[in-house]
Amino acid sequence: MSDVAAPVEKPAYRSWFALLRATGAAGVASAVVIAMATLVAALGPALAPDSPFLGQLSYSYVGSIVGHPLGFDGQGRDLLSRLLVGARTSMVGPLAVVVLCVAVGTVLAVSAAWRRGAYDAFVSSGLDILFAFPGILLAILAATVFGAGLVAATLALSIAYTPYVARVLRGAALRERSQQYVAALEVQGASALSICLRHLIPNMLPLIVAQGTILFGYAMVDLAAISFLGLGVQPPNPDWGVMISENQSGVVQGYPLAALSAGICIVVVVVAFNILGERLYDQAQARRR
Amino acid sequence: MLVATLLVSSFIIFSALFIAPGNPIAVLSGGRTLPPESVKILEARYHLDDPFLTQYWLWLKGALHGDFGISIALRENVSTLIASRIGTTAALVLYASVLILVIGIGLGLVAGLRRGLLDTSVLAATAISAAIPSFVAAIVLILLFSVKLTVFPSLGNGRGVFGTIYHLTLPAVALAISSLAIVARVTRASVREEFEREHVQTAVSRGIPSRQLIRRHVLRNAAIPITTIAGITIASLIAIAAVVERAFGLNGLGAYLVAAANSKDFAVVQGISLVLVAAFVVVNLLVDLLYAVLDPRVDLGSRAL
Amino acid sequence: MSETRASGDAIADLEALAPPALLEVGGLVVDLLVEGELRTVLHDISLTVQPGEALGLVGESGSGKSMTARAIDRLLPEGARVRGSIRFDGRDVMALSGSALRRYRGEVAMIFQDPRAHTNPVRRVGDFMTEALRTNAGVPRHEAEDRAVELLESVGIADGRRRLTQYPHELSGGLLQRAMIATALLTEPRLLLADEPTTALDVTTQAEVMAILDELRRELGLAMVFITHNLELAAAVCDRTVVMYAGQVVEVRSSALLHTDPLHPYTAALAAARPDIASTADRLLAISGRPLSAFEAPPDECAFAPRCPHVRDRCRECRPPLVELDGGRSRCVRAEELRGRLGVRPHG
Repeated sequence: MSDVAAPVEKPAYRSWFALLRATGAAGVASAVVIAMATLVAALGPALAPDSPFLGQLSYSYVGSIVGHPLGFDGQGRDLLSRLLVGARTSMVGPLAVVVLCVAVGTVLAVSAAWRRGAYDAFVSSGLDILFAFPGILLAILAATVFGAGLVAATLALSIAYTPYVARVLRGAALRERSQQYVAALEVQGASALSICLRHLIPNMLPLIVAQGTILFGYAMVDLAAISFLGLGVQPPNPDWGVMISENQSGVVQGYPLAALSAGICIVVVVVAFNILGERLYDQAQARRR
Repeated sequence: MLVATLLVSSFIIFSALFIAPGNPIAVLSGGRTLPPESVKILEARYHLDDPFLTQYWLWLKGALHGDFGISIALRENVSTLIASRIGTTAALVLYASVLILVIGIGLGLVAGLRRGLLDTSVLAATAISAAIPSFVAAIVLILLFSVKLTVFPSLGNGRGVFGTIYHLTLPAVALAISSLAIVARVTRASVREEFEREHVQTAVSRGIPSRQLIRRHVLRNAAIPITTIAGITIASLIAIAAVVERAFGLNGLGAYLVAAANSKDFAVVQGISLVLVAAFVVVNLLVDLLYAVLDPRVDLGSRAL
Repeated sequence: MSETRASGDAIADLEALAPPALLEVGGLVVDLLVEGELRTVLHDISLTVQPGEALGLVGESGSGKSMTARAIDRLLPEGARVRGSIRFDGRDVMALSGSALRRYRGEVAMIFQDPRAHTNPVRRVGDFMTEALRTNAGVPRHEAEDRAVELLESVGIADGRRRLTQYPHELSGGLLQRAMIATALLTEPRLLLADEPTTALDVTTQAEVMAILDELRRELGLAMVFITHNLELAAAVCDRTVVMYAGQVVEVRSSALLHTDPLHPYTAALAAARPDIASTADRLLAISGRPLSAFEAPPDECAFAPRCPHVRDRCRECRPPLVELDGGRSRCVRAEELRGRLGVRPHG
């Protein structure tokens, strides 16, 4: 009997590039925005036309002039320079949060999914208890205890977010665990650790990356909020959250650009992370089937 | 589970006193120098000579009776300080919640039930607003409605019912805007999803008219995931309110919490944190109860209580 | 050789003589919107159901049998395109709308495959059962509930009153499906569309539910279209059987003759592939290849040609028409020749 053509199967992703392309135009555009922001964060001071720290009060809130395309902030410092240099702290904080959460979350999730039983119950209950605790509250508490600063805030947020990440990953780990290839490997005598490291986690990677991307957006918003409150990055350091609080008075006086520009930077980058994260998540779900 | 959360959280809040660098007295005083009589009062009040767990228990008991200690900076009972400010925060959170529920769910329903231009515009608008943090929204709102069009005030609490509502409008909108967008999106998605469900098909096959179908089968079922997201976002308002209060110069608990954190007024931070966490737990509890009403498959005994 | 004639004339003649059928489907073509494209899922479906008659609709997954039922009940997804005619009691079903459509839905009741998916989990059983009566027929609640309890009893559920106050998740699959059947009968329909009503149940329950369905149907004199992938079940319960493949009708035959004298190689293959518990075989007979959906079937040859053991060059020349043969119909160009040779062969 002649063979009937089978419907086209979805190709497995052979590279991250293919995965990115699968997220569509919006996903790629977001990735570009993120790449640009990362570049700025990395190169910051080198790109700035002027010093972000030195300013002349007589220039306070002066608008755009030659050599200073965005004008000045409340303290007479070049706005563009402060925005460019501020990208660094605004992006590094969330990055640290994501790395910590994903690392700890993955370990907790995979170990709980693998061992199951009492260990899993214990970890899950522990996570559930901390699950919805607001990150900002913990950060404020941490600031009181350890003093204001980016480190304390970052650690606090990481602790607050990890239960959420761990819960999502645990679900995925459980699903992977029950796949047939895992049983096959176990029967062949592979150790739990090697199965997890070489098979389980790599198969969960698309989901982990998607989750991390979405998390970055949340962390960025929360950290900026904490800096806005004066409990995170401290002035005179340029940081988008700090800049909004510093220049808030300017808004009422009729000079909104300083505060607004920092706000726009935050929103643009967060939206990019949200869009990319959501698309990656959709891909991770679709691929599972 | 929620009771456990409350206990663990209170334990964390309490232990923070001991995790902080320096001895408890130094932490409580926030680096200020105190006269010896004050030190003695503090030691007695906090039972610092007793074992750790006893201290925790006594502190918790005191808190349940409304005694949160003394503010170092203002030398008043923390409980009085909280009481005078809790109204503002409560009003703000309530106002924002109403906005989220009415506008968020409303928009979501409209977008979910109809297609076309309305749906697309709601999707686009919510995609962007969901990413706007409250403090950025605050700036924009102040700019638009206080400075350019002097409709709303940008600072202060206002007096009386109408005065308060007037003053709290911009802050409430700033607080609600991103949550509103999220709730709208989830509502829309849930409604759409319910429409596709087989039991809706069954009802159609039995000739149930469209309006009734939507009311009794689609909306009633979509209410479950909508309640989840509404509950989560409203609970999170409690913490984010601090940011908005700061931005608008409101005299609420959140702003005070931040100020106390800055001035290292430990007792105040502990007291307010406890109140906020308790409020958080209560909101979650209410949501769980609502679940039990909405979804008969939920076994109440196994949940929060 | 001239006894077989082209489908159009023969069918029209036959139908002119027959009493008016309850349900007449003629030349039904359905295209569905799949990923932005219109794809044909049903091609040239024609069948009739007489009042009180049980018609079986048999086929593998993807053959279009469920889709046919949905088309009849106007339950197709948005964007679907329907051509051809569906007439119920002389009325054009596709043209119905509003209250006329709702009344039609009261006369044609559908029973779905998975009762749990098809009941609203947040509403009580009583609510679900009486909904249509209360809404469309304006029957007051207590009267509707009384009738519901009566019908629950007739499907073998004793404490009906209590069951009405329960939620679907409190009932087992078998009970729930029986309740579904009772619900379908509440509006006193004239035609039942049963879409694999027992497939989702375990084997013992299957037999029970099937028995109840069959008995009630005969008692109430209802017509039924019974959809299943199980040829034997259809033959046992139905007077006539329609066999579908790749979205087309390939055979129509009275159930008694279906096994002994099928008119299409696919039917024969289906019958032969079913393992017979009474005999042994070295290998289980399976039909090689896999079933096609309508849009996968090439338009210029017999859809079953790639898998047919009796295929000839003629079969690939054009799509075979449905021809009359010995009181049944077959979509095989070799039907006449193969007559009598397609019966169920012994194994081994």
